[in-house]
Amino acid sequence: MKNLIHIIKNEWRTLLRGKWVIGYALIFLVLAESLLRFGGGGSETLLSLSSVMLLFVPLVSMIYGILYIYQSREFIELLLIQPVNRGVLYWGLFLGISTPLMAAFMVGTALPLAWHGILGVGAAESMLVLLLGGVLTLIFASLGFVLGLLFYEDRIKGFGFTIVIWLFLAVLYDGIVLMLIFSFGHYPLERFVIVVSMLNPIDLARIMVMLEFDISALMGYTGAVFRRFFGTAAGSLTAAGMLTLWLAAPMWWGLRVFKRKDF
Amino acid sequence: MIEISNLQKSFGSLEVLKGIDLAIPKGQATGIVGPNGAGKTTLIKTILGLVKQDGGSIRFNGKELDGDWLYRRDIGYMPQVARYPENMKVSELIEFMKGLRDQEAIYEQELITQFSLDSELDKPLRTLSGGNRQKVGATLAMMFNPPILFFDEPTAGLDPRSSHRFKERVAKEKENGKTVIITSHIMSELEQLTDHVIFLLDGRIRFNGAMKQLLTESGEERLESAIARMMDSPEEQAAPANEDGQQFLSEELKIA
Repeated sequence: MKNLIHIIKNEWRTLLRGKWVIGYALIFLVLAESLLRFGGGGSETLLSLSSVMLLFVPLVSMIYGILYIYQSREFIELLLIQPVNRGVLYWGLFLGISTPLMAAFMVGTALPLAWHGILGVGAAESMLVLLLGGVLTLIFASLGFVLGLLFYEDRIKGFGFTIVIWLFLAVLYDGIVLMLIFSFGHYPLERFVIVVSMLNPIDLARIMVMLEFDISALMGYTGAVFRRFFGTAAGSLTAAGMLTLWLAAPMWWGLRVFKRKDF
Repeated sequence: MIEISNLQKSFGSLEVLKGIDLAIPKGQATGIVGPNGAGKTTLIKTILGLVKQDGGSIRFNGKELDGDWLYRRDIGYMPQVARYPENMKVSELIEFMKGLRDQEAIYEQELITQFSLDSELDKPLRTLSGGNRQKVGATLAMMFNPPILFFDEPTAGLDPRSSHRFKERVAKEKENGKTVIITSHIMSELEQLTDHVIFLLDGRIRFNGAMKQLLTESGEERLESAIARMMDSPEEQAAPANEDGQQFLSEELKIA
């Protein structure tokens, strides 16, 4: 435990000194501020903000995770030959780099929301957006870790997979689902669509946002099916539960790979 | 102190260690030599727990290692390439290691002075030259006064003065009864620092014995020529009967 905190603290200090985490927070600050200025208060602004978050956060987190592994190879090896348990080291490094990234998103987005008074009026909605951004940061940073560890020697492949996975989950997924539905529209597809949307954390987050804001027009097919199937409350709960599973799975996978890996 | 039996490791279809049997007693200064790709680094990394073996066992002070990590309290390791987080200062790295190991860094100041690192302490590690980073690595390896020291090509990036000081330091550690294990391609360095040689070739131990014995058996005066001859002609070396009855080659190789 002492070692865990020691490693996390050290990562925090190194990251903050690197300054670009602060830049990342500033990007969200400027984005939220300008959206609030030009788009007025309202839930539309939060929605636009969440759309950007859904696209941007996974990409940055995943690249950041994999880049960390590639940049710190020698340092990780130095730590591995110290009298430290591999599990402790994994959690120390992972939490040490993912929590500042999470905090950067949350603080950068929350500040403009706070001084425009949105945090008070639309507390639940703003909190949801902030929280989902945080959860997505953790999920995709750990996916980046996993990819970095799996393709330890082959960086090109690692980055390639990172981009492809992001493109698939964030951009192509909905289109593919829609195409499937379009092609097999004669069959009862609801269950299939629900299962499919649960396999994509970005989709889950999107559904949760849409359910919370109650905007059917923007819900997309998966969101609409979700609400009809579960109702708003149960739908949100199911999505949140699945997202939690998604949070645990890549972290556990990363831990497993890390413990067995030859460095 | 370290006993290794039938250690095997493959990376994919590439067999790197093909059954290594080795005992490194306490207080012995050992040089590990062998051509590139012979398995030197893999052997060290396996002992350190960076690489997980496929078969065989490693015993440390009589206790079999199986996912243990506390035994590394007794080990100091200086890696071949010293790279650290760019924004960290030297002093911070040292503090970090002290907190992590929870051991007293009794030689901290002594080593810093010896390697003239005083002026570098407040600089971020990215601004340090390669040689100075090597010296930081040496300091980290030795400052906790561990009984076993591993050096992977330690003097490769050091200037003559630092290299000289480093060797003096290692010689002193050796005198104090430390177990020292060095891999190097610089044979003269090994002649100075070690009195035991392990020659690895193609994942097997070709020779394991005292430096003197190797020199007498090969009829060469210098380690470099003795090793070069072994590398050049594995067949020829396998043939001669050991006149003085000492075992020259490991058993497996004779069978193979």
